[in-house]
Amino acid sequence: MESAFLIEKGVIILVVFGITMLIALYSTFAERVLAGYFQDRLGPNRAGPGGLLQPLADGVKMFTKEDFIPETPNKLLFILGPGLAMTTALMTSAVIPWGRQLTLFGYTATLQAADINIAILYVFGVISIGVYGIMIGGWASNNKFSLLGAVRASSQMISYEVAMGLSMIAVLMVSGSLSMHEIAENQHGFIDWNWHGHKFAWPSWYVFKQPLAFLIFLICAFAETNRTPFDLPECESELVGGYHTEYSSMKLGFFLFAEYVNMFISSAIIAIVFFGGYNYPGMDWVHSTLGGNAETIIGTLVLFAKIFFFIFFYMWVRWTVPRFRYDQLMNLGWKILMPLAILNIVITGIVLIATGA
Amino acid sequence: MDIKEIIFWSLSTIAFITAIYTVIAKNPIFSAISLLVCFASIAGHYLLLNAQFLFIVHIIVYAGAIMVLFLTTLMLMNLNEETEKHKPAIAQIAALVIAVALGIVLMLAVRKANVILTMGPITGSIGDVKSLGTVLLSEYFYPFEFISVLLLSAMVGVVLLMKKDKTAALK
Amino acid sequence: MTDYGSISLTGRKIDVSQKEMTFSEKLYLPGIIKGMGITLKHFFSKKVTVQYPDEKREFSPVYRGQHILMRDENGAERCTACGLCALACPAEAITMTSAERKPGEENLYREEKYASVYEINMLRCIFCGLCEEACPKEAIFLTEKISNADYSREGFIFGKDKLVLKPEQQVL
Repeated sequence: MESAFLIEKGVIILVVFGITMLIALYSTFAERVLAGYFQDRLGPNRAGPGGLLQPLADGVKMFTKEDFIPETPNKLLFILGPGLAMTTALMTSAVIPWGRQLTLFGYTATLQAADINIAILYVFGVISIGVYGIMIGGWASNNKFSLLGAVRASSQMISYEVAMGLSMIAVLMVSGSLSMHEIAENQHGFIDWNWHGHKFAWPSWYVFKQPLAFLIFLICAFAETNRTPFDLPECESELVGGYHTEYSSMKLGFFLFAEYVNMFISSAIIAIVFFGGYNYPGMDWVHSTLGGNAETIIGTLVLFAKIFFFIFFYMWVRWTVPRFRYDQLMNLGWKILMPLAILNIVITGIVLIATGA
Repeated sequence: MDIKEIIFWSLSTIAFITAIYTVIAKNPIFSAISLLVCFASIAGHYLLLNAQFLFIVHIIVYAGAIMVLFLTTLMLMNLNEETEKHKPAIAQIAALVIAVALGIVLMLAVRKANVILTMGPITGSIGDVKSLGTVLLSEYFYPFEFISVLLLSAMVGVVLLMKKDKTAALK
Repeated sequence: MTDYGSISLTGRKIDVSQKEMTFSEKLYLPGIIKGMGITLKHFFSKKVTVQYPDEKREFSPVYRGQHILMRDENGAERCTACGLCALACPAEAITMTSAERKPGEENLYREEKYASVYEINMLRCIFCGLCEEACPKEAIFLTEKISNADYSREGFIFGKDKLVLKPEQQVL
């Protein structure tokens, strides 16, 4: 049993790692194609059919470039930076529930690497450590632009983590659990809604119960992943390349790649916490007619569809909204999002007490 | 030696070495980073004791917030050795005396303390969020609220200081 | 008195105002959603990209590209090295050396005098077409061909090997 458990988790971790890498790889391609489409262009379509081999070509280019290390007193930290960024980006995927149970050859496996009861806090912990890669790398570059990027990254991430955590508290008050698996399970089924005698059935996703928390979380997720309109740590027009100015070759690749991994993971978290995760309408019907495996597989596909929508959303926003100014960023984080999140907690508390939940 | 003991001893070694390196490191950045590793290994000890909430809060608060601020401040400072002022001898001696005195006090405290070395079985729910929340809001309700009021007053104080500084600069 | 503030040459002038933002403007979200609607509209709109090597844009009938030195109906070079094209050239891109036709070369050169060296510096050329107009023998023409890129400056000095019409290309 013990070894079977280890094999199960090992396989899940490997598969999740592979899928994360693949999606991050193709996110770079999707970003370029979508950027083209949003600007009435076509984007890269020369390498392979429809440009599908473009990420491969990019990877080869990255690997074959000169790996330049600048005149820096801390070569170790310079190398540690991108490694740390990538590691922390990948670590979060451990607690994400990718689906329900899957029964193969009489063995039941849960599609989650680790169902720990503090999963949400774990995510926040890993995100809070994620800034070290950028900070250490930016400082070790021995370049003022990199340093400014690193300082901006750290202050931005700390500021938005506060609002992000507070927005999540309201959700946790509704769900009553910190486990991602339970949060996903809680969103199973429908809410019956009676409006002037007409009956409606909404999916019981938390986005309908906590729209304000969702909005705050979404904005903070943009800031935490350093995506436009909050890409101040790496803004090209002010800081050359921000914290990765001095990086080249695969070290730069790691930084850029970590951003896409972060984007994928945060899309997954948004999809699970606010959009029902692997739940979809008609789930019980599928379970009763086609069996548990079909239900799980469709659920996982649905989850990935939701994730892809949010990745698309990230890119959509990137090619729409221009970058914030630094004081606007800080004002938004501390003076608007944080009070709103606290207000949301208070309202949620009052409603919960009033309804006696 | 089972796996828990191996983890315990390796975490302890890492924590010990990094704690010493924090003090003796010449470069303050390295000092801060080794302190970070020290925090992480202590957090690992919490996890070994099944105190998951404490583990993750330790990481978020110390590693994720406090050390980030420390590092940001350190990075913005000019860390060239030429500009580093050497402290006068009297300050060095005073620092040594205070450190030794503190060490003696700590050692005496440890000697006097009723140390419980027997380790009972760790039950599954002692450190998780639910039991911690129940204890905090029932048994330790008043200390908990007092601490929150203390933190609030500190926050108000910081805001007040900032405001005062601004108006003075304008005049 | 003319009110200079109201003058607008393009008719599209908008006065900048510093008025207070309304509540919905302060929220930013309606504006962002509107902007995202605009980008989504562009996402589905027709793409303007011309995928060059696969599809080529139609040239205008008066397009002037790379030069060509013509041959006559017998396959002899028309150019007589009179130098009028070099004289007409505003960019001074054309140089040539003349030579006398030897007996037995009548099928190669139409006149008694011909250009032994004829060079156009494509980096200097502005493709104005004045050489074409100046030529009394209808020897030089500007084609629709886009002159190629090269790695060195020397590669842009086109000699007779690149300029003269190949015999197999000649259409009679």
